[in-house]
Amino acid sequence: MSKTHVKMTINGDEVEALAEPRTLLIHFLREELGLTGPHIGCDTSHCGACTIDLDGKSVKSCTIFVGQAQNAEITTIEGIAHPDGTLHALQEAFRQHHGLQCGFCTPGMITRAYRLLQENPNPTEEEIRYGISGNLCRCTGYQNIVKAIQVAAEELSVKEAAQ
Amino acid sequence: MNVQSPPTDKQRIEKLQGLGSSRKRVEDARFTQGKGNYVGDIKLPGMLFGDFVRSPYGHARIKSINKDAALAMPGVVAVLTAEDLKPLNLHYMPTLAGDVQAVLADEKVLFQAQEVAFVVAKDRYIAADACELVEVEYEELPALVDAFKAMDADAPLLREDIKDKMEGAHGARAHYNHIFHWDCGDEEGANKALADADVTVEEMITYQRVHPCPLETCGCVASMDKINGKLTLWGTFQAPHAVRTVASLITNIPEHKIRVVSPDIGGGFGNKVGVYPGYICSAVASIVTGVPIKWVEDRMENLSATAFARDYHMTGKLAATKDGVITGLHCHVLADHGAFDACADPTKFPAGFFNICTGSYDIPVAYCGVDGVYTNKAPGGVAYRCSFRVTEAAYMIERMIDILARKLDMDPAELRMKNFIKKEQFPYTSALGWEYDSGDYHTALEKGMESVAYKALRAEQVDNRAAFERGETRKLMGIGVAFFTEIVGAGPVKNCDILGLGMFDSCEIRIHPTGSAIARLGTISQGQGHATTFAQILATEIGIPAEDITLEEGDTDTAPYGLGTYGSRSTPVAGAATAMAGRKIRAKAQMIAAYLLEVHEGDLEWDIDRFQVKGNPEAHKTMKEIAFASYNQAIPGLEPGLEAVSYYDPPNMTYPFGAYICVVDIDVDTGVTDIRSFYALDDCGTRINPMIIEGQVHGGLTEALAIAMGQEISYDEIGNIKGGSLMDFYLPTAVETPMWTTDFTTTPSPHHPIGAKGVGESPNVGGVPAFSNAVHDAFAHKGLTHTQMPHDHWRVWKTAQKLGLTD
Repeated sequence: MSKTHVKMTINGDEVEALAEPRTLLIHFLREELGLTGPHIGCDTSHCGACTIDLDGKSVKSCTIFVGQAQNAEITTIEGIAHPDGTLHALQEAFRQHHGLQCGFCTPGMITRAYRLLQENPNPTEEEIRYGISGNLCRCTGYQNIVKAIQVAAEELSVKEAAQ
Repeated sequence: MNVQSPPTDKQRIEKLQGLGSSRKRVEDARFTQGKGNYVGDIKLPGMLFGDFVRSPYGHARIKSINKDAALAMPGVVAVLTAEDLKPLNLHYMPTLAGDVQAVLADEKVLFQAQEVAFVVAKDRYIAADACELVEVEYEELPALVDAFKAMDADAPLLREDIKDKMEGAHGARAHYNHIFHWDCGDEEGANKALADADVTVEEMITYQRVHPCPLETCGCVASMDKINGKLTLWGTFQAPHAVRTVASLITNIPEHKIRVVSPDIGGGFGNKVGVYPGYICSAVASIVTGVPIKWVEDRMENLSATAFARDYHMTGKLAATKDGVITGLHCHVLADHGAFDACADPTKFPAGFFNICTGSYDIPVAYCGVDGVYTNKAPGGVAYRCSFRVTEAAYMIERMIDILARKLDMDPAELRMKNFIKKEQFPYTSALGWEYDSGDYHTALEKGMESVAYKALRAEQVDNRAAFERGETRKLMGIGVAFFTEIVGAGPVKNCDILGLGMFDSCEIRIHPTGSAIARLGTISQGQGHATTFAQILATEIGIPAEDITLEEGDTDTAPYGLGTYGSRSTPVAGAATAMAGRKIRAKAQMIAAYLLEVHEGDLEWDIDRFQVKGNPEAHKTMKEIAFASYNQAIPGLEPGLEAVSYYDPPNMTYPFGAYICVVDIDVDTGVTDIRSFYALDDCGTRINPMIIEGQVHGGLTEALAIAMGQEISYDEIGNIKGGSLMDFYLPTAVETPMWTTDFTTTPSPHHPIGAKGVGESPNVGGVPAFSNAVHDAFAHKGLTHTQMPHDHWRVWKTAQKLGLTD
């Protein structure tokens, strides 16, 4: 199958490649670019393990073709930590509050929460639960994930206020 | 001068982060940054992809397979069928249950989505395209879907390969679709108890077919190195060592020429215990092509073909006196095993530990019998977040107890209290032969009832029912009580093995010269946090801080042999091996310390992280000092170095237990069931890491919620799978999942070195009956005895409708 030229920014780096138009973005990220953060859990857009941030929106990367990401600005879990290497408040809170077990949903979950807290910096527990309902977790029962997101939200607003 | 005071005992203990500490997990740094290494992340030079052509039919004869068009497609390297595997004698593989399973369909397909051909291609897209080009001509045969009709005289014959073999792995087969009959206990005695009883109840209770559905599906990468003749297999294996042995036995590759590696595993829940055709086909394809082959199933393949769980139809009968003393239990199970008996149970237990079905009760006489049958459904029968068939047993007895309570017009909690095995009866031998190691059930349920204000809840329920009758509410309140006893930690080698491999487990420890350490175990974490918790066990045993101990599992070239992680066995078995290996380290360390302090060994005592001279604690050597001495001093009579290995054969199983209470509010007009609250008290013996225990309980309860309230893998009458994707198969989101309240009591196991019992599966075992009992309780006053799970909105609404409660 003929290939098309694609170009996008991923975690701050400009990426250019040739790809079959039918290539799903998740396969492009994982197999062409070698990213290991976004995962494949269902192939049907239900589980959210492949969630990335695309032009300021949470997107399930198993559900769009690479061509649909032309010129897009993409952030994956690999790009969430601060440039100096310190972890994002969400990454730290997930560890502190045991918001993960097998870790398979974690990159998608944190990437979704990262956008959620930009959409709604002070969410209620209910808003968090709705906000992450596109991301499935089989291990944690969500309780500690919700808690971790609440704590990260508080920390981020304290930081914001201090600035 | 700045004088630093020596650390206090408390500081020294805290520094270790040992037993009882809610230590943060060492695994999390990589997972929160997307740096895990799951099988899907493995990439090798020249790697090809495998994909399956699968059966569209539940039961059909394969008339021909034409792979020419697929092979002609650019990028396709090979297409394997049963004919290609036959010369290698690999078209069938042994199952864990003593049966064989077709690796690729041999003349017939026996379930929808069965593996028919394996396509190997340059990338996953080409492989998928080529699967479409493999032409398979089928002749459809009548499908057998209803397990109750499996042994009818005119039932379709499913397994032509064994039709004349009337002696199965577990004794005589009574019909060509019969797999085994297994029973235990005193049937005559149980029948007499029923005949003599004041009160009896009987119910057929189905635990529906479900699927463990870990977020990561199953997969592997097989790589045959033709230069040195070594096959490496990375994969989603809950039992990597057993996989190596089985791979060696069926391929005739010597065991030292096979390396099996379980990398990070994205959840297992029993799904990743078995050996699947994808593993065999990938290995064969790599041996044939000489390049690495990756196969990772998609979600529909996972739900349709690899490892269902449950599918038990359990007829229970209880006998009791009129004041509620249970006098006997009789139970028969019709077990639907699908097309091949690929149940994951210790070999001598075709129905697992189902005979734990007397539960937490002192039942004087009991009988249980199980008949397994073949149907045109996927094989499996794995222990989905439970020890072998324990969740089925717990569901049966906990529903039966509630049904008996209704008949006696007794409170279900009171009936449980009345029949519990008493604290002073432990160790307790049940009527079906298990020796319960320890327990304190009354205390646990009393604590639970007090915590939820049980009496007040019942009073509220009386008011709710009255308000419902007055037309003031359309909601009914249900209170579900469940009390479970698990049997985990398989198990003693004398009666527990898998394909002849005794179910011991292992730990090997090396202390480094500067006082840090590495420990390797025969188990493999799939999210349980072994690298965190097993280091904690060791920290307390050997006085080296947990953060200075690396823990490794899953590589058969480096880890000691063990039977893996499932059935809540890691802590009871490998955790025990860890403590025992630690004690060997300490024993040698004591000899070294005696030499260094110039005293007799017997004059030393262990104190947190050091040996000190009795009566003179200032004279001491820390484990760190001892470690260095073991490498740099010639100590008479002692070998250099500080290492130990322990292979632990547990003397008994462990018996975790718990009291769960669930409150639901059901809208009778919609069937929507709100989980108002859920209280879970678990007693898992000594608690290693409370944070991780609570996390396990949250997760297990959420899986129990899914099972009780929505999960089902069902088939239509011609064997089409319904519910084979996440569109249909229910996984709760954060919205449906309630807040969980956890609690605990601590009754240490008397035979485990640190008294721990295992906890990962308890919440699934106890959770399912708690939810189900709550739903039934809401309608109990309207005469509802039993309805089958799952209690989804539609079924609950149907129940309300049948009882005449809907508008």
